[in-house]
Amino acid sequence: MKSLISFFEKIGYSITSRIKRLGTATRLFFLILISSGESFKRFHLTMKEIYFTGVMSLVIIIVSAFFVGMVLGLQGYYTLQKYGSSEAIGVLVALALVRELGPVVTALLFAGRAGTAITAEIGLMKATEQLSAMEMMAVNPVGRIIAPRFWAGVIAMPILASIFSMVGILGGYVVAVIVIGVDEGAFWSQMQANVDFRYDIVNGVIKSLVFGVACTTIALFEGFDAPPTAEGVSRATTRTVVTSSLVILGLDFILTSFMLGG
Amino acid sequence: MDKIKLDAWVGIFVAIGVISLLGLAMKVGNLTSNDIRETYSVIAHFENIGGLKPRAPIKAAGVVVGRVKSIFFDTKAYHAVVKIDIDKRYIFPKDTFANIYTAGLLGEQYVGLEAGGDMSNLAEGDRITQTQDAVVLEKLISQFLYSKASEEEE
Repeated sequence: MKSLISFFEKIGYSITSRIKRLGTATRLFFLILISSGESFKRFHLTMKEIYFTGVMSLVIIIVSAFFVGMVLGLQGYYTLQKYGSSEAIGVLVALALVRELGPVVTALLFAGRAGTAITAEIGLMKATEQLSAMEMMAVNPVGRIIAPRFWAGVIAMPILASIFSMVGILGGYVVAVIVIGVDEGAFWSQMQANVDFRYDIVNGVIKSLVFGVACTTIALFEGFDAPPTAEGVSRATTRTVVTSSLVILGLDFILTSFMLGG
Repeated sequence: MDKIKLDAWVGIFVAIGVISLLGLAMKVGNLTSNDIRETYSVIAHFENIGGLKPRAPIKAAGVVVGRVKSIFFDTKAYHAVVKIDIDKRYIFPKDTFANIYTAGLLGEQYVGLEAGGDMSNLAEGDRITQTQDAVVLEKLISQFLYSKASEEEE
């Protein structure tokens, strides 16, 4: 009987603790929005974070985009060639990148490259009681430390995603046109005829904006919520990657179904 | 010094982002083919161009010799006017035949040129008089069905 009750207790605890964490994360999100005035008034704070999250992620984004584009070109060519429509390779590469792979892969790489860094930094700041010291000096740590990182992530993500899409298309171009020898005019003209600015490109940018908000919020919350020990920070960093990846993929499906349906 | 460097990097980052977004928006639209530099343009009238698009290739004996420059609709004669850019290296007689073909069953459409026997050659601004329209699959099927039906009536 006692073991049965403790079994249900365990289930109940895991559910309530999750809901509690979700509530804390939501409160942190609104707290960031309220206290984000300083990150625009003193824009160099945000600028520094854009440098760390955006500029430093540029190399991994460009290199992986180029390889993703090249693989898309190669795989697409071998399948399309069977149906004698290898000219459609441009459309395939462009639509796949602009609609899905650009925003999603960028967000996944961003979570791994920048999200973990944010979590570890803030977790360590909390462990070494830097955040408490700030509060003692009547400096709001959310406005001074957390909000600039949030806005930097939100600004950097769409820029990174559009760079990813463009570099990926160039990668596909290199493989399809220069290496394989698909007609260049058909490659671009079919692409131009089938990619719509409003429905494909703008929707891709909206997606990456949403991913930017989700990714950075998760990373900041995990850092802020981490137990102030070495083990706690390491676990929080792991959780950032896992949660961000799942949320990105889940949100992607929801956003796509809204965008295609609406 | 350090702050200026940081600002510069962020500026470069944002600039690259804007450039790639513009590139995506324009889809590198003004990219001209490397093979074809100097061209002369001729026009051709078609009753129906099917799915022909600007920048579609012009082929003679399967070799790409030019590109479709623009397509518009003539409201006086009610047919399509296709402007064609042909590479200056390739010279065609005046009675060249222009057809709209499809690459494969579902592929893109292109203009095929077949040289005639005229002594004088096509020049800038000339018109190709002998053309053949794109094959519209629906028309072909309905023609086939009508001929079948009339056969059965007999």
